Amino acid sequence: MAVPVAFFAVFFAYPVAAIVGRGLKADGVWQFGRFGEVLARPEIRDVLWFTLWQALASTALTLLIALPGAYVFARFEFPGKQVLRAVVTVPFVLPTVVVGTAFLALLGRGGLLDELWGVRLDTTVWAILLAHVFFNYAVVVRTVGGLWAQLDPRQEEAARVLGASRFTAWRRVTLPALAPAVAAAALMVFLFTFTSFGVVQILGGPGFSTLEVEIYRQTAQLLALPTAAVLTLVQFAAVGAILAVHAWTVRRRERALKLVDPAQTARRPHGAGQWTLLAGVLLSVLLLVLLPLAVLVERSLGGSGFAYYRALTSADANSGTFLVAPVEAIGNSLRYALVATLFALVVGGFAAAALTRRAGRLVRGFDALLMLPLGVSAVTVGFGFLITLDKPPLDLRTSWILVPLAQALVGVPFVVRTMLPVLRAVDARLREAAAVLGASPLRAWREVDFPLVRRALLVAAGFAFAVSLGEFGATVFIARPDNPTLPVAVARLLGRSGDLNYGQAMALSTVLMLVCAVSLLLLERIRTDRSGEF
Amino acid sequence: MSTTQKAAVAAVAAALGVTALAGCGSSDDSASGSGSTKGSGSKTVTLVSHDSFNASKDVLKEFTRETGYTVKVLKSGDAGAALNQEILTKGSPRGDVFFGVDNTLLSRALDNGLFTPYEAKGLDRVPADVQLDADKHRVTPVDTGDICVNYDKKYFADKKLAPPKTFADLAKPAYKDLLVTENAATSSPGLGFLLGTVGTFGEDGYQDYWKKLKDNGVKVVDGWEQAYNEEFSGSAGGKKAKADRPLVVSYASSPPVEVLYADPQPKTAPTGVATGTCFRQIEFAGLLDGAKNEAGGKALLDFLIGKKFQEDMPLTMFVSPVAKDAKVPGLFTEFGATADKPATVAPDAIAKNREQWVQSWSSLVVK
Repeated sequence: MAVPVAFFAVFFAYPVAAIVGRGLKADGVWQFGRFGEVLARPEIRDVLWFTLWQALASTALTLLIALPGAYVFARFEFPGKQVLRAVVTVPFVLPTVVVGTAFLALLGRGGLLDELWGVRLDTTVWAILLAHVFFNYAVVVRTVGGLWAQLDPRQEEAARVLGASRFTAWRRVTLPALAPAVAAAALMVFLFTFTSFGVVQILGGPGFSTLEVEIYRQTAQLLALPTAAVLTLVQFAAVGAILAVHAWTVRRRERALKLVDPAQTARRPHGAGQWTLLAGVLLSVLLLVLLPLAVLVERSLGGSGFAYYRALTSADANSGTFLVAPVEAIGNSLRYALVATLFALVVGGFAAAALTRRAGRLVRGFDALLMLPLGVSAVTVGFGFLITLDKPPLDLRTSWILVPLAQALVGVPFVVRTMLPVLRAVDARLREAAAVLGASPLRAWREVDFPLVRRALLVAAGFAFAVSLGEFGATVFIARPDNPTLPVAVARLLGRSGDLNYGQAMALSTVLMLVCAVSLLLLERIRTDRSGEF
Repeated sequence: MSTTQKAAVAAVAAALGVTALAGCGSSDDSASGSGSTKGSGSKTVTLVSHDSFNASKDVLKEFTRETGYTVKVLKSGDAGAALNQEILTKGSPRGDVFFGVDNTLLSRALDNGLFTPYEAKGLDRVPADVQLDADKHRVTPVDTGDICVNYDKKYFADKKLAPPKTFADLAKPAYKDLLVTENAATSSPGLGFLLGTVGTFGEDGYQDYWKKLKDNGVKVVDGWEQAYNEEFSGSAGGKKAKADRPLVVSYASSPPVEVLYADPQPKTAPTGVATGTCFRQIEFAGLLDGAKNEAGGKALLDFLIGKKFQEDMPLTMFVSPVAKDAKVPGLFTEFGATADKPATVAPDAIAKNREQWVQSWSSLVVK
């Protein structure tokens, strides 16, 4: 408990409090009147309203499209399933700058839709919503599907034997067991879309602005700290409310589930209905997830074969875009991601263990607290670091370690979300039985908890790793010595004119995509069965 | 729970071990917690800048050879964000020298007292008109760049239409629905273009001009990348995206870059510059107040306006040198363009009215 608390106090609570305090304090006096002033401004109200409704719409749309996918991935066995599961997770970790470009190529002028039907969706809300579904599809599939695969189908069968109709059995047995996972997934998606930044900026054009975009503008561009502080607190309150509701629903429903090996629950689909469902899901994955990714690959090849890829490997003597070959950014990214993953696993692992053991009000509050970094903009945290971590021994402002630290902040919630349901679902009686049979606590943990948790740990690691690979916000705002990560390198290449730069950006995005896919695929291979919320 | 504690210790140790390993692997010099070590005898000088800063390795090595100082570069976001971070950390800066304040942000930096005055050696080779702080020398001009409308040569040749030359041309019916620009609130070329119109038509006239532009179908997108690579038909990216706007707000140095990064390199640039639509950006560097290594910082400022660095800049950052004796590469003279008479607005006028200009521009054009 002490480790995660300390970590969050130093690297999250204190910096954020400091930057908010600077915005709300004038001559040592709190200026709470600023809330009224800021929130009365019509443009701010527009921002708040837009943020809310697009997040709700995005979440509904994502659930609608991804829940059938979760079912298919959980219950059906079909060739290429593992690869596909890794592939649908790739979007989640792609930098928004890459996704924005891919979606413009699909929905923008001269994009695929334009050529086929003369439809253009860029600078409309539809582009934003679709990109959000693309990003968050995996969240639902992994969170809900992961648990679904481990529910014992025999429970439903038992209900059927006792005379329940198919639907009733599902409603009374499976649905209650799934509900926490669905709630968790919906909450995650809502959080991500509520705090959406890059997608809205790139696809929405200047006409749309979310709270996150506004906070960034007020902080980084205008240095209007009072306004930024008010908006940060508003976002905090909103995120806090969402988390509180979530914690409550989970507590209402969480109980020890009988988890089984997913390998036993997945079957080949049989009957026309199931085949149709499978085909429908595969089609939706193809259109929503694979097509944007394919556009990227197509543009990276751009008719000139692998020329762009070759260009990546040379540090161009007459250009200063990079002092090193762009390909070195891969190494940097992997290094950062590895360190960030470790931080996240250590902090998140402790937090999850602590949360499983105790169930006081305080601890529950801490549970929600761990999720807060997801709802606080990178620019707030980054600027908070600047004014707090400036004294020895913690003068980390110019150290590279700050980047993985900031990335770990975002990774920890994933680790906790992944570990917690599994840890909590471990039936305590198993442990007790082991103890009765003479096992030491350590041995009981090793023989009982660990095998059940190991998979969740791997999945958690995979997610933390992938999140930090694609993480862009903190990497940009936090000053770092010049060793660009993949997303930063892509953004830089896109920030230059010229065919080779554009092509290299696409090629590097493709590389990033592959690196993510391969990392995720490796995780899938380690153990085919997953659990937890991701 | 003694077992968890044991596990904890092991895990932390493992994490630290890997951290140390990762540290070894990273290519920068031994980046200890605090940029430059204590005392003025330090051999490292830290340059804080925005993400667009670049310098060739050889040139930085040359600096080390001449002065004995090693340069450590820290980048932190775009120009506005990087400067604002410096303002936040005023008095206990992360480095010794800050590079990348331009004339649109200059007053903000000076009013906040970010810099220690220092007159760089060799400043006599720099024209007076770019020395915007000539009486105090708190900042030193390093480079200039013009924000101008670029046009797609092929489009205008095919249409047998003369490309626009001036701001006024852009509002003519012949060029209806052809121009794409960036959001002045979020993008620096977007802001530059807006300031160019303020400089040309005055505080009273710029709004009327933008009304005309809007009626003439100007498109506004968020950032330069999107405007240039997705909407502008003359760029490599735009061609792939089948973009349909042959006019874009970009830089005077964009055509040479198009040539440089084309494979094979064409004989002529695919794009041209409307030389009467330019706004001149001047970038400055300054010695940060509270710098740990003042001597090194001063040496670095001298070096930034020295011939070596000035001649290296055009092809690393695609900007023009300020020193008269610096030779501009052939690529620039051959494919680039010089602005006729770039529009200017006084830095203090910008500081005073920028917000309000951007606000009224937004409500006029974006909404």
